[in-house]
Amino acid sequence: MFEVRWHGRGGQGAWTAANLLATAAMLDGKHVQSFPAFGPERAGAPVLAFTRISDEPIEIHSMVYEPDAVVVLDPTLLATVNVVEGLKKGGSIIVNFDGGAEELYEALGVGKGEYRVFAVPATKLALEILKRPITNTAMIGALLKAHPLASMENLERAVKARFPGKVGEANAELIRKAYESTREV
Amino acid sequence: MSGGKVPKIPLEKQVRMAVNGDEAVAYAAKHSLVDVVAAYPITPQTIIVEKFSEFVADGEVHTEFVPVESEHSAMSAVVGAAAAGARAFTATASQGLALMWEILYIASSLRLPIVLAVANRALSAPINIHCDHSDAMGMRDASWVQLFVENTQEAYDTTIQAFKIAEDPEVLLPVAVNLDGFVLSHTLEDIYMLPEEEVHKFLGGYRKVTGKTYVDYLGKEVEVKLDPANPLSFGPLDLYDYYFEHKVPQIKALEKAKEVVKRVNEEWYELTGRRYGDGVIDAWGVEDADIIVTVLGSTAGTVRHVARQLRKEGVKVGVLRIRLYRPFPFEEVANAIKGAKVVGVMDRALSFGSFGPSYLDISAALYGLKERPLLVNYVYGLGGRDVPPSLVRRMFEELIKVKEEGEVKEPLKLLGVRE
Amino acid sequence: MAEAKKEPRGWKDLPLSALPYKLSLEYKTGSWRAFRPVIDQSKCIKCMNCWLYCPDFAVLWDGERVSVNYEYCKGCGICAHECPVNAITMVPETKKA
Repeated sequence: MFEVRWHGRGGQGAWTAANLLATAAMLDGKHVQSFPAFGPERAGAPVLAFTRISDEPIEIHSMVYEPDAVVVLDPTLLATVNVVEGLKKGGSIIVNFDGGAEELYEALGVGKGEYRVFAVPATKLALEILKRPITNTAMIGALLKAHPLASMENLERAVKARFPGKVGEANAELIRKAYESTREV
Repeated sequence: MSGGKVPKIPLEKQVRMAVNGDEAVAYAAKHSLVDVVAAYPITPQTIIVEKFSEFVADGEVHTEFVPVESEHSAMSAVVGAAAAGARAFTATASQGLALMWEILYIASSLRLPIVLAVANRALSAPINIHCDHSDAMGMRDASWVQLFVENTQEAYDTTIQAFKIAEDPEVLLPVAVNLDGFVLSHTLEDIYMLPEEEVHKFLGGYRKVTGKTYVDYLGKEVEVKLDPANPLSFGPLDLYDYYFEHKVPQIKALEKAKEVVKRVNEEWYELTGRRYGDGVIDAWGVEDADIIVTVLGSTAGTVRHVARQLRKEGVKVGVLRIRLYRPFPFEEVANAIKGAKVVGVMDRALSFGSFGPSYLDISAALYGLKERPLLVNYVYGLGGRDVPPSLVRRMFEELIKVKEEGEVKEPLKLLGVRE
Repeated sequence: MAEAKKEPRGWKDLPLSALPYKLSLEYKTGSWRAFRPVIDQSKCIKCMNCWLYCPDFAVLWDGERVSVNYEYCKGCGICAHECPVNAITMVPETKKA
């Protein structure tokens, strides 16, 4: 079982990202679970969402405490939220970040080699393609670069079903761009 | 879920989807050809009626959707609809269920096969939107059939089964399908749905009024429904002359309901390949277990997850999920747990001034036995306090200690509360 | 099945649901009465105010004269109060008609 924790702010679509990844993995034939860190929606407040993906049926029904990967939709969260809390040793951190490696390690407060760290300038890409700073779909693409949890084909299917028409097309393009632009740092 | 026989509808003919528990219930209601939905939104149930109102707006269902001004009205409206012969459905949670309370008793006493989905949520105060079973336990004496589901798949399956159980001529009682708020209602899981027409077949199409009764003043047997051709008056005054007698058929119908729940579970298994224990209890590893934990709802999976680990470590533990809470399956529960040395009874609600509700039922189930296991009541997860595997493990470790010591020092424990 | 069942019935002899097994007409409420309305036919102008106001449909009209159905009349006195010509008197049940 692979467990992902999503960090975002209310309204940025962390829960949607968790659901889209789960749906894509479901289409690949996996067992999945995704849910928000149960709370009333508050725009702007730091929020969590989770995705579990497994070859076996998933029985457990509690929050994720020791994720295999964390995804950070918004770099401003690094200043207020400890995004590496509980992260498994050697686990992955995938951050929407447009800067140097050292700067990122410092913002995360972790040493080199403790975790695998991936960066993608998701806000920049989203502004280019969607014309809006919405990074949730881009960050799924970035996560897939670090961990092939779902096929790109089924992720596109899931995204286009969730956002029909032009919006879906644009998000599919953004996902591909983000996937290509993601670098381990 | 257990393998073996090939179901009538093999998995490749079923529809695989990723939906949350609320959506699963909404799809189940749609597939069940519901005639009337009357509902009032409340978290964490809202997605059910929101999704269903989309089906209505898109013309995908024939349902009359009644947006009422309160849950009291919602239950009243479905009482009227069901009395007129409609297949009626509503959903609620927490304060909404509390507001329905007086009409719950009327729905069951009038023997109306309504289905109610409850996305279980704590009761105020303080206001809390998260899961516990306090709302459902407030209706446990209301003569409803109460089922608790473990996951999103079971939420879909059970909602459909609920109509079949409710409308069985030997039951004719309303059925509440309980799914844990947020933990299931808002959690997306991969499930199988049936092709819609297969659900229609399973339920025999639209609701047919199955209750028939002889009415002296009409001089004939008539269908129990509001009908100008055979006028009936539902629930007029009964004093100490007949009220007591009127309660007896309810008691008998609830007794029958247990067998019908089991039968429908088996019919569903033949159709879909899915079943949930014997329908009333879902036991794991209880046969040779020294320590058994009983639990309702979604926490069962987490408890089983920990129990599997403990088994690997050589500790003989078992898990008993109670799926049918009312009528309480006394015999089945007693048989499943009587061989254990210690039983931990998990309750996500407290009868304040007493124990957790299921502890009282399980105590009653065991009382008649000469040799009984030791019982410890764990009240857990109030107001949505999460139940991680580490907490479940701590409970098992305490139960192991109780077994070693051979006595229960504290029969009521609050699991996961801060000192 | 069709013959009337003896009273009081056991639970098996009741209809399903919370349905009554007999019509409300079989509940004769005339015994509740302490005062009896008596109509003075010489004063009655057949305006039917009493028929209109009677909460128990216990005022009768046979096409010629107004009368009271004493099997159901509870003796509330509304008819006497509403009669515009004071044709109705409430007589204690202790007195003979």
